[in-house]
Amino acid sequence: MSGSERILKAGAQADASYPRSAPRPGAAFDIEAIRRDFPILQQSVNGHPLVYLDNAATTQKPKAVVDALEHYYTRDNANIHRGVHELSQRATAAYEQAREKARSFVNARSTAEVLFVRSTTEAINLIAHSFGAARVSAGDEILLTRMEHHSNIVPWQMLCERQGARLQVAPVNDRGELILEDFERLLSPKTRLVSLVHLSNALGTVNPVKEIISLAHRRGVPVLLDGAQAAARIPIDVQDLDCDFYALSGHKLYGPTGIGILYGKSELLETMPPFLGGGDMISSVTFEKTLYNKLPNKFEAGTPHVAGAVGLGAAIDYVRGIGIEAIAAHEDELLRHATEAVSRVSGLRIIGTAREKAGILSFVMDGIHPHDIGTILDQQGIAIRAGHHCTQPLMEQFGVPATARASFGMYNTLAEVDALVDGLGKVREVFA
Amino acid sequence: MGDLRDLYQEVILDHSRKPRNFRPLERADRRVEGFNPLCGDRVTLFVRLENGEVRDISFQGSGCAISTASASMMTEKLKGKTTQEAMRLFDEFHGLVTGKPGGVGNGEELGKLAVFSGVCEFPIRVKCATLAWHALKAALTGGAQSVSTE
Ligand SMILES: Cc1ncc(COP(=O)(O)O)c(C=O)c1O
Repeated sequence: MSGSERILKAGAQADASYPRSAPRPGAAFDIEAIRRDFPILQQSVNGHPLVYLDNAATTQKPKAVVDALEHYYTRDNANIHRGVHELSQRATAAYEQAREKARSFVNARSTAEVLFVRSTTEAINLIAHSFGAARVSAGDEILLTRMEHHSNIVPWQMLCERQGARLQVAPVNDRGELILEDFERLLSPKTRLVSLVHLSNALGTVNPVKEIISLAHRRGVPVLLDGAQAAARIPIDVQDLDCDFYALSGHKLYGPTGIGILYGKSELLETMPPFLGGGDMISSVTFEKTLYNKLPNKFEAGTPHVAGAVGLGAAIDYVRGIGIEAIAAHEDELLRHATEAVSRVSGLRIIGTAREKAGILSFVMDGIHPHDIGTILDQQGIAIRAGHHCTQPLMEQFGVPATARASFGMYNTLAEVDALVDGLGKVREVFA
Repeated sequence: MGDLRDLYQEVILDHSRKPRNFRPLERADRRVEGFNPLCGDRVTLFVRLENGEVRDISFQGSGCAISTASASMMTEKLKGKTTQEAMRLFDEFHGLVTGKPGGVGNGEELGKLAVFSGVCEFPIRVKCATLAWHALKAALTGGAQSVSTE
């Protein structure tokens, strides 16, 4: 019996005792019920009911996730693997069950292809190191787009410096859409990897990733998708997309911070050297030679964030209980309403007007810095983000140092969008 | 948290809309870039010194109302001051916006700059208010060519 079979069997028992998420699959989208599941939303900030519109930075956590963390720490906590005692077996089962939930969430073929990492950032760094060491040499190219988050730029710059490779950057048009013809032209015989964002955190643009992947694959180039924003807004099926790697962060998917998922095709992961060395990623160690463990353990050195994985598993259950499609439809409605309403605010310009958008609305106002917008909204209990959103090259293209960004989550309401619009009216008043 | 009108006082809004001394300075003998990586605010400060005195001072850049007004009012205040006086004002101003008066005086020297007292109620905005001042300090002590609030 292999390790993972054993783990899954034990897992079936542990699961029954875990707190269940509230929503039932197929239930109608009940915004009031959803809001009750998020205790943090029931508070006032600066004398106003909290309106949390900073979901692209991090989402709030439903009670089911908080309960799962508490349950784990008050009942099952132990180090995983190799433990003969009961708690260690429970903890191992809970961890591997979370991996199975993650597998199912992205629809990977096997849990061997699903690695737990800290975050999207760590996932991309892992690929840059391990794939980079195996496949990228002097003169080779990595192809990105102009709309990448710094975490999908800097690891590649560091790789290029180490290996003497070059970055190529596909341009974006004034609506904030990737220019596909230019992207295709930049795919060269030297391109070793394409890495791009699925859903842009700064603009809300949804990239035509399936088309991009097939363009790249026609030339034999693998593709990494940065799914940090997409995970909570777009159903992910890595087999249907045929992407080679997919990275996401638990904390943007209603789960805990410090845990993320990296999906990788096993054919690729098998040929890549480990990222970090240490315990659990080996099958045997002597000072002469170390044999690495099988997937996925080969890429999980040291004690992982077991509680984080358990919490992420609970978040996945919760999100799937409501349904990503239902969440997406709800956020589409919020985005449509917000786009219309803010367009009537005088002197306001939306940054990012792609035809395919989801969940995120960036804007600037004439003569008013986004920082000031943020402070004035905060005084009304409305949380948005003001800044460059870790996308400085993109801000430069739009000729702004920063934008104000409202980003939606499953629990936001149309009334909250109206509160935002009223808040912007107040911003205008202060600066009148 | 404080009241918005304490933060966005009329004088501050006026300076943010029409910043004074907002131009490059020819024959500047100090030029320092100030940068707030958190929000992308940038200020370039130009200073011309003569006999230990701020002969002329100006700035350029882009930032929020607080950082722009602070830079604008700072340049107005500093013309003709000795470097010693300027450094003392730095301490006074810093004490004012952080709510921790640390200077030797009682803040009276700040004059109009007292409108920034509301900033201490908005801790996240202290860096906006002090960006130009940090650039000033670097310019006068002749050290860094650029300063960052982080
Ligand atoms: C598109 C995108 N990529 C990557 C990241 C980095 O995510 P994390 O900080 O969780 O690693 C973010 C987070 O803001 C993001 O929005």
